[in-house]
Amino acid sequence: MSETAVAVGHDLHEAHDHHGPTGILKYIWSTDHKIIAMQYLFTGMFMGLIGGYMAYVFRMQLAFPGINVPGFGQVSPGEYNALVTNHGSIMIFWVAMPVLIAAFGNYLIPLMIGADDMVFPRINRLSFQVFLLSAVILLLSLFVQGGGFGGAWTAYPPLSAVAEYNQTDLGSSLWLIAVALEFVAFLLGGINFITTLMNSRAPGMKAYDIPMVCWMIVIASVLFMLSVGPLIAGAAMLLLDQTLGTGFYDPARGGDPILWQHLFWFFGHPEVYVVLLPAIGITIDVIATFARKKVFGYKMMLYTAVATGVLSFFVWAHHQFIAGIDPRMANVFTVTTLLISVPIAELCFVIVATLYGGSIRLTTPMLWALAFMAEFLIGGVTGIFLGASGADIYFHDTYFVLAHFHYTFFPIAIIGTFCAFTYWFPKMFGKMMDDRLGKIHFWGTIIPFNFIFIPLFVLGMGGQHRRIYNYQHFPELATDSMYNLRQIATIALLVMLAFQVVFFFNMIKSWINGPAAGRNPWKSTTLEWTTESPPPHGNWPRDELPNVYRGPYEYGHPDREEDYWPQNEPV
Amino acid sequence: MKPIATTRSATGVPTGRLAIWWVLASEVVIFGGLLASYLMFRLGHPEWAEAASHTNTWVGAFNTFVLLTSSFTAVLAHQAAEKGDGKAAAKYLVLTIGGALTFALVKAGEWTYEISHGYTITANNFWAFYYTAAGLHALHVIGGAIIMGFIAFDAYRGKELQRVELIGIYWHFVDVVWIFLFPLLYIAK
Repeated sequence: MSETAVAVGHDLHEAHDHHGPTGILKYIWSTDHKIIAMQYLFTGMFMGLIGGYMAYVFRMQLAFPGINVPGFGQVSPGEYNALVTNHGSIMIFWVAMPVLIAAFGNYLIPLMIGADDMVFPRINRLSFQVFLLSAVILLLSLFVQGGGFGGAWTAYPPLSAVAEYNQTDLGSSLWLIAVALEFVAFLLGGINFITTLMNSRAPGMKAYDIPMVCWMIVIASVLFMLSVGPLIAGAAMLLLDQTLGTGFYDPARGGDPILWQHLFWFFGHPEVYVVLLPAIGITIDVIATFARKKVFGYKMMLYTAVATGVLSFFVWAHHQFIAGIDPRMANVFTVTTLLISVPIAELCFVIVATLYGGSIRLTTPMLWALAFMAEFLIGGVTGIFLGASGADIYFHDTYFVLAHFHYTFFPIAIIGTFCAFTYWFPKMFGKMMDDRLGKIHFWGTIIPFNFIFIPLFVLGMGGQHRRIYNYQHFPELATDSMYNLRQIATIALLVMLAFQVVFFFNMIKSWINGPAAGRNPWKSTTLEWTTESPPPHGNWPRDELPNVYRGPYEYGHPDREEDYWPQNEPV
Repeated sequence: MKPIATTRSATGVPTGRLAIWWVLASEVVIFGGLLASYLMFRLGHPEWAEAASHTNTWVGAFNTFVLLTSSFTAVLAHQAAEKGDGKAAAKYLVLTIGGALTFALVKAGEWTYEISHGYTITANNFWAFYYTAAGLHALHVIGGAIIMGFIAFDAYRGKELQRVELIGIYWHFVDVVWIFLFPLLYIAK
């Protein structure tokens, strides 16, 4: 599906693409960073629809137990487990990462640093192909005998390791292989992003002239690379436990199931920042453009992001407070976890300070950027309850946790994506999106989102445990008021999903006959706006690649008539 | 035609060399995670020493010698490539591949002997780590040797000589991993 969608969008490129394969092969075998970005973007969107469909099915089962879900049918306990597990895996590994890092990283980094492509275009293509393979394996794993893996996206052994317990012999191994291949794809892509940013900047572009979103994607790639290694080793061990019957995680044979939790969360927590930092980078670029103001504290923001990355390696055990770890260790991890709220709060203040005194334009991308701040704040503040071991022992594995991380991941993966998509759509497709439809879609997404997850906070505080298929079996969790809250959340989800139709309608309508965007519709300063929309193969004519003379956020310069000063304009 | 991006060097370090160091960074944490897990277990289970006593230190030492020698020929290949002598570089790379093959063959014989004597991957967790860590390393040896074959083929015709250095850096890394594995799996009894 992704390839055909890409093919439709890129016939504009035809005139410029003189080398490489032709015809349909051009779109599935291209090494152009922009086409690879589109492949990631549309694969990610497609997977997002599947993840959303899964959420719809299990939310229906939770609110109306035993209902014949339209478009799915009766949900069995095994199917329910497979749905929640794969919803989580898909949304993080096959939506948030490919869209925020791979799609926008691929699209923006070469354009924003004034290069004609990534440094290793063929490795870039390989990265997408491995990613696509991983997505196909994951989807196939849902249809093998025994069904898809249902041991949660965290895949704790022994449940994930022993087929007797999880009942999905083939499904769990395929799930693990899919995740491992996804890691390989992002290691290949990450090396490309990092070396491209380090080495291929336009002449004159110094470290502090790099737009924040490029920095953030590259810092995220470094974080990913340094945190995922132990989990790759751990995944190899889990796969051997599953297939050959070793006992790495089996306490009866001298193994240790907690080892997996350490390896998983040593990756799993930095992973939050791996997807958060690109979303913050997107937000800060959009806010600077639409506040018509220089980013407040560029260097401080950069150092803060690095500090967040470093700290994120020392917080992982806050996921294991009830796993039997030493209480003294729990204290240490409580302190580091609460410390990490300091740099994150700093990033929020930088954004607020950028807005202060700006000349704010409430376009659709700006609304998404502001909503990101507001909603992520709720996610961050509720995290403090969970980072403190005293409170977490009670909240652990309740819907409070679930609502908390959806208040972080939804702003990151969904709001951040829509922010970037609506902002760079004119560059990607050469057309303007309809602002009125964009705002309808914005409010139609944000309002129901809060109606989904605020009730879940309340339910979590009321003791509603996660991973339960049917609350009717638990009389104290099956009261009328609790069911009312569950139904509010489910109906809000239905409303939110329905409003996504507006987005796809707007996207296709604008793509086909939206007004032409021109090179720089937002009057922005960074380099991607100095070329045609959409940019040709090679981004600029080969002998006219831009030079850089100043930082990326020169808005409202007092000596200039125009209120923006592009990076590539000589003094 | 290479993109201009590939030919730029804002840091002053050639892009290929920069990338290979990042590859190694990602590899260090993979082996690091595995070996840290092994060490934690080993410290908590003194009885693993009994299982470890069945590994053959002399075979391990021979393989260490083979791998170190192959690193030496990799350096000679780099030196030849620096001088622009592609044919000599290819010759030394082929010698390095020979070292890799010797290493893999010795390993195969060693494993066959151990498995036939009941020391399989499921025997206990020492052997599970032994086969996993050495197996992951052996995959790196084999993968590296295959890539080296392609690079030698190009180098012989005088093309892409800078890659001789890159595969050499990788090969030293494979060597260093083995320098960690050898004492941890063979010497510590």
